[in-house]
Amino acid sequence: MNAVADIAGILLGGLAAGTVLFVVSVGLSVTMGLMGFVNLAHGAFAMFGGYIIVLAMNRAQFGFPVALAMGFFGTAAFSVVLERLLYRRLYRAGELDQVLFTIGLIFVFIAGITIVIGSETQNLQLPQYLSGQLNLGIVQYRTYSIFLIVLGFLIAFGIWLAFEQTRIGGQIRATVDNRRMAESLGIDVDRLFTITFAFGSGMAGIGGGLGAEFLGLDPQYPLKYLVYFLIVVSVGGLGSVLGVYYASLILGVLDFVLTLYLPKGGTIFIYALTILILLARPQGLFGRKGL
Amino acid sequence: MSRRTIAALAAAAATAIAAGGGVSQAQAQDVKIGLILPYTGPGAVLSPEMDKAIDLYQKLNAAQIKPYKFTIIKRDSKLPNGAAAKVDAQELVTQEKVDVLAGWIYSPDAIASAPVVNAAKRLAVIMNAGTSFITNLSPYFVRTSFTLWQSSYVMGDQAAKYMHAKTAVVAYTDYPPGKDALAGFKTAFEKAGGKVIDAIPAGGPEATPDFTPFFQRAKDEHPDVLFVFVPAGDQATAVVKTYNALGMRAAGTKLIGTGDIVPDDLLQGMGEAAVGLITVHHYNADLDNPQNKAFVAAWKKAYGPDSTPNFTSVGAWDGMAAINHAVHATHGKIDDGAAAVKSLEGWKFNSPQGPIEIDPQTRDIIMNEYLDEVVKGSDGKLHEKVLVTVHNVKDQCKMLGIGPCAQKK
Repeated sequence: MNAVADIAGILLGGLAAGTVLFVVSVGLSVTMGLMGFVNLAHGAFAMFGGYIIVLAMNRAQFGFPVALAMGFFGTAAFSVVLERLLYRRLYRAGELDQVLFTIGLIFVFIAGITIVIGSETQNLQLPQYLSGQLNLGIVQYRTYSIFLIVLGFLIAFGIWLAFEQTRIGGQIRATVDNRRMAESLGIDVDRLFTITFAFGSGMAGIGGGLGAEFLGLDPQYPLKYLVYFLIVVSVGGLGSVLGVYYASLILGVLDFVLTLYLPKGGTIFIYALTILILLARPQGLFGRKGL
Repeated sequence: MSRRTIAALAAAAATAIAAGGGVSQAQAQDVKIGLILPYTGPGAVLSPEMDKAIDLYQKLNAAQIKPYKFTIIKRDSKLPNGAAAKVDAQELVTQEKVDVLAGWIYSPDAIASAPVVNAAKRLAVIMNAGTSFITNLSPYFVRTSFTLWQSSYVMGDQAAKYMHAKTAVVAYTDYPPGKDALAGFKTAFEKAGGKVIDAIPAGGPEATPDFTPFFQRAKDEHPDVLFVFVPAGDQATAVVKTYNALGMRAAGTKLIGTGDIVPDDLLQGMGEAAVGLITVHHYNADLDNPQNKAFVAAWKKAYGPDSTPNFTSVGAWDGMAAINHAVHATHGKIDDGAAAVKSLEGWKFNSPQGPIEIDPQTRDIIMNEYLDEVVKGSDGKLHEKVLVTVHNVKDQCKMLGIGPCAQKK
């Protein structure tokens, strides 16, 4: 064994953790960029989807891909219901109202899951083809981590392509850049928001399921990882898909390396670094200026 | 709330109980037990195991409990940081006016409750929390569970002598029992000629961390054994999972630990990944003795064939037996904490885990420790096979007088 293999192991571990962060956070970045709505309860949708996925597999014996699809559509549908019933009323409200509302929603989710499912951690049972080790030549590493990294890359690339190439992607970019102008050009921002909100929540749901292997899945999930989601979004830049992708990977690797070498409180450097980055570039590393 | 206020409150409560003696005389047969357990948070999977044991003990031993009757009053200690547990203890003493306190899965909860126990002067039976020095915090603490020093000291000794390991990396949950596990393992392992090359604090007890970076570091150091302590429950499953996912077995590192990493109730859920793991603990559900056979059979009859008691169940079972002994020995005056504790010093009992005794010097348990290997049985299920039995193990932290374990007289 040698140093190259050790470094490769650290990188792969960090990138896999970062990928999970990206899949969960990408929707938050876009919806925040689009409407300026501070949805702290985004992690609750990740948890909701995670429970659908894990329970579909453990209790109803669905396969992993089917369960992921169920997690996406289930969470997306549920988020639209909440968006229509609750979120909609607060678009024009102040930021503090939005924060209070979404934090309250987190507690409702926590209590709801605790009552219906229970407070214990749900375990993701990976299918045979994703467990075990894969030989990459320089290093043997866990198959699931490699699968996550590849999948995360494909998702990031797919969303980026949709952003750049499709009509709706163009509308989203236009609205993020200047909402008033977009509205006056006839873009139905409300409808646009509902669609992106549903899509972002669905992605979060998938992220909750994919990440259950590392992050666990219990009712405290949305509070436990809230700070990480927010760091990724603010460092990556609001409304920037690639920004969130890079920020997630950087945070994932940094967190992994710091935990490995400084297991006691090493992650404090992440917060310090976040503060420094935001002082230097308030719009985030990859965000557009003037938002 | 300051320590003084609590003391004053508890003292006031004690006076109130004494003044209301006429009332308690009338209901002298009724013994109120205040039970402090985490019904929410990461300990929520363990509490039901203890509740079930407590119910089962009362059901099966109704004749032995007579003429007394136990009333169990439960309180949720929530997250394992002691804050809620301390409030629980106060309320149980001042409002519910319990005769005995019991429970405590997590050490910080027991540590935080100690001042209340002292002020209340009630017998307090620790049914799980395993940090050695807790019993030094109050003369009213009696422990029927275990200490981490007992299991990890034996594990350190056996790792060197039985498994012939030369190097070890320790990964432990960074709170008092984790530090005890590290100290116990290291002391014995290095005394027997081994070397602990790294000790990795792997997160706290409040949440299950991602063990990948911790284990990655251990893997890169190529020790013969990776000794892990985590609180039994959610974290245990994650440990076994990550150890396998990183392919550490193939890389030549054996995962060992206290029995906390393979609790009986979670063992079947761990599947093939757990086969071959070697641990030291004072209990496993497969132990071959008549008390355990009867205990497990009664458990499965009451709670279903797939339900299995674990070491926390036995800690609660033995705790109930201790309380029952104290009630009879004090002729119902168990609310006299000093007398109740005295009656338990040197108390012997045939537990499902084997013979146990309360050490009259330390009020801590003396018991057997078993070196176990997880094997797959002919029934397709996972079982624990006892490789070595070490008899009458005392808490080495107190025997050696290390740090806060040294007796303050």
